[in-house]
Amino acid sequence: MVAGIAAWGAYIPTFRLDRKTMGTAWDTPSLPGERAVSAGDEDSLTMGVEAALAATAGRDLSKLDAIFFATTTSPYAEKQTAATIAAVLDRPTAFTADVTGSLRAGTTALRQALDAVNAGTAREALVVVADARPAEPATATEQLFGDGAAAVVVSATDGAVDVLAASGVTEDFTGPWRRTGDDYVRAFEPKLDTEYGYSRSVSSAVKDVLSRAGLNADQVSRFVAYAPDPRTSASVAKRLGFTSEQARDPLFSTVGNLGAAHTLLALANALDDARPGDVMVVVGQGDGADALVVRAADLIGNAKRRPTVADLIASKKMLPSYEGYLRFRRLLPSDASDPRSSTVQYWRDRRQALPFEGVRCLDCGQVQFPANRACVECSALDRMEPVKLAKRGRIFTFTLDHLVGGEYLETPVPKVVVDLDGGGRVFFDMTDVDPATVHIGMEIELTFRRLHDGAGFHNYYWKTRPPRTAAVAAS
Amino acid sequence: MPGIRDRVAVAGVGATRFTEHWEKDQEDLLCEAVDEACNDAGIERKDIQAIWAGIYYHTTGLGGAAAVDPLRMYGIPATRVENFCASGMDAFRNACFAVAAGVYDVVLACGVEKITDQGSRGLPNVREGMHPFLPAASAPAMFAMAATRTFEVHGWNKEDLARVAVKNHANGEKHPKAHFRRAITMEDALKAPMIAHPLGRFDSCAVSDGAAAVIVTTPEIAKHMAHKDDYVMVKANAIAVYTAQPMYKPSFDYIGFPATQGAAKMAYEEAGVTDPFEQISLAEVHDCFTITELLNYEDLGFCKKGEGANFVRDGLSAADGPLPVNPSGGLKSFGHPIGATGCRMIGEVTRQLQGRAEGVQVRDPELGLAHNLGGPGAVCSVTILGRQ
Repeated sequence: MVAGIAAWGAYIPTFRLDRKTMGTAWDTPSLPGERAVSAGDEDSLTMGVEAALAATAGRDLSKLDAIFFATTTSPYAEKQTAATIAAVLDRPTAFTADVTGSLRAGTTALRQALDAVNAGTAREALVVVADARPAEPATATEQLFGDGAAAVVVSATDGAVDVLAASGVTEDFTGPWRRTGDDYVRAFEPKLDTEYGYSRSVSSAVKDVLSRAGLNADQVSRFVAYAPDPRTSASVAKRLGFTSEQARDPLFSTVGNLGAAHTLLALANALDDARPGDVMVVVGQGDGADALVVRAADLIGNAKRRPTVADLIASKKMLPSYEGYLRFRRLLPSDASDPRSSTVQYWRDRRQALPFEGVRCLDCGQVQFPANRACVECSALDRMEPVKLAKRGRIFTFTLDHLVGGEYLETPVPKVVVDLDGGGRVFFDMTDVDPATVHIGMEIELTFRRLHDGAGFHNYYWKTRPPRTAAVAAS
Repeated sequence: MPGIRDRVAVAGVGATRFTEHWEKDQEDLLCEAVDEACNDAGIERKDIQAIWAGIYYHTTGLGGAAAVDPLRMYGIPATRVENFCASGMDAFRNACFAVAAGVYDVVLACGVEKITDQGSRGLPNVREGMHPFLPAASAPAMFAMAATRTFEVHGWNKEDLARVAVKNHANGEKHPKAHFRRAITMEDALKAPMIAHPLGRFDSCAVSDGAAAVIVTTPEIAKHMAHKDDYVMVKANAIAVYTAQPMYKPSFDYIGFPATQGAAKMAYEEAGVTDPFEQISLAEVHDCFTITELLNYEDLGFCKKGEGANFVRDGLSAADGPLPVNPSGGLKSFGHPIGATGCRMIGEVTRQLQGRAEGVQVRDPELGLAHNLGGPGAVCSVTILGRQ
């Protein structure tokens, strides 16, 4: 196979919930560790955008001909998410597809991307996978699940990671499922799934892909697989002949079971640490299994970027209580009125909302946002050229606003006026930050979020946060 | 351009108490203020030939009917004016222009807002019709971002802000129509809960209901009305509109409001004011937040840039100081029913010049200034009134 992985990126939300806090809230036994919790303004799309931006950072995207988005939790039942990611990346000519409905959607999308690049229909393809699966309150599942995203760039030319083999098996099996209209992921008999659905499909896919690659289990440096829970993860790895060292760090204690996103986020974590020559078996499971064998190439070091998955795990904020999670998940009914919006305006201003484009005045040079026919500083008319705005900058002034949507909140929302690197002054909400630490001159980066559901659709846009790598340095 | 200097007179003023009017609706408040203004001018409702009404919230009234319906003054010209928090003084401007143009003899400028009906903490959100994704901020937040900058640039602090609150509440304690008639201490102001950092509860004006009305006519006709000996002359009225989105304008420095600077320049030129600190006897300025009053001193030319905090600390704006600012108690004591505030300020300055202030009376004033600021500095109206 020619196509390989040129770049990868990940996203883990800032918030964590200690599983002890969840057990205490419901008076149920607690699983060990903590889970990643996406905030109220995050969903599979916003997390997917974050991972996509991380994977494509610093890359020329002009060869990106295909974008796949994989999830079991699409923000829309009818509307494509990959198209929104293409809009944010400003790649309107890319082939886009959502791969949904299965926990192995992420590895399935990766196989599709490899096929597209190998077939020559795409020079480069981006695979984005994200999940935030809904779990029934007061269950072990709720403690086990986590939210996150990963993305990989597949390329024929500058592969940092070679793909040696890819294969899979398909099997109709009612393991976990969620019908249209169901609120939560369901399971009938987890043991049946573990013993028959999960174990058998993973075993047969792994054996097949290893034989295609001409390798044995002991030649593998890392076994990277989705598993429903840590116990099954360990037992199936052992059964396949992998040591606990090869199957290390399945991420359950730090972020949780990330659903469709689990395998590629775990792969990103493994690649962050990989040395040239390291071989990895990569497995996604759900209604069958996908398996790939990949090998770190000599130049993998050049493809490594920060924040790493370890950085994202380390830059976190603990939710003080289970109620915060309830609010994020909107599990409590609310009479709050639906703020209005307009799909017409959102469409018309799409280049500002998604690719985050501003304009530069050809007369006075001022970079500005939002776009206008006349310059905000020199008033010159129709002298504007579009310009991509930086997604980093510094705070010019700010406040900590306790009055939000006509309600008084104990914890204020930081509202910041930012001077973007390279020009442009823009007003944002700030998130994932201790309000007491916000100050003039503070460095920020943009994060893609779901602002509100005005007019009954998801209004996506950017907020600001402290750089994730800065949070690691501080802690 | 001739302008309107000395061509328009204020013949009567009226206002309700500004407070939480749970038992009165917007129509009741408007009737009450207009009746008081008519009585003050010695005219009847039917003598009014045209109406301009300042109303901000679309939830509380649309169109001229918002004024005509409660007053039952059908069939005359009536226009609702919306220009952010300066809606009231813009209504007054339109009324003055109508009289100066010679189109009407007796015109009503009024303003009203019934905010407590909206069920909101702080001013109600106006999300409807707003941009889908550009974020909104509360009114305190918009002005707090100016305070944050002055702390950084001038080294001002919470105590500088608190002095404004203490001064204005001391004045408001003596005004029967104020929402809050209680003096506060520096400690009260500094210990109050935060609304939008660094602005606390006593840095912010309250959510109040109220209405105010002004009868405008020509000096010739005023001579035949109730205040024939002490009607007040309009020396200047100017309005300047700046961006409502200063947070996207790189040159906006957040340590002053260009709308005020622009409106003041126009008004001073029209009134012939060259040294505002010496010539202005008193000012009612828009202290929606304490930081706003400090910046107003500078923008109105009462002191130099950066000296706003000293101006109040040195007592220059105290009721017994050389340039009393907000002797009524200001928005800090009255609250800010948006459309009503501008007309209330005209009423306060008029009464001061006539020597019949309802609260603290400034000694022997000649020239009074009213300043109404809206949006985060998006629009400012400055009116200068003088004795005959």
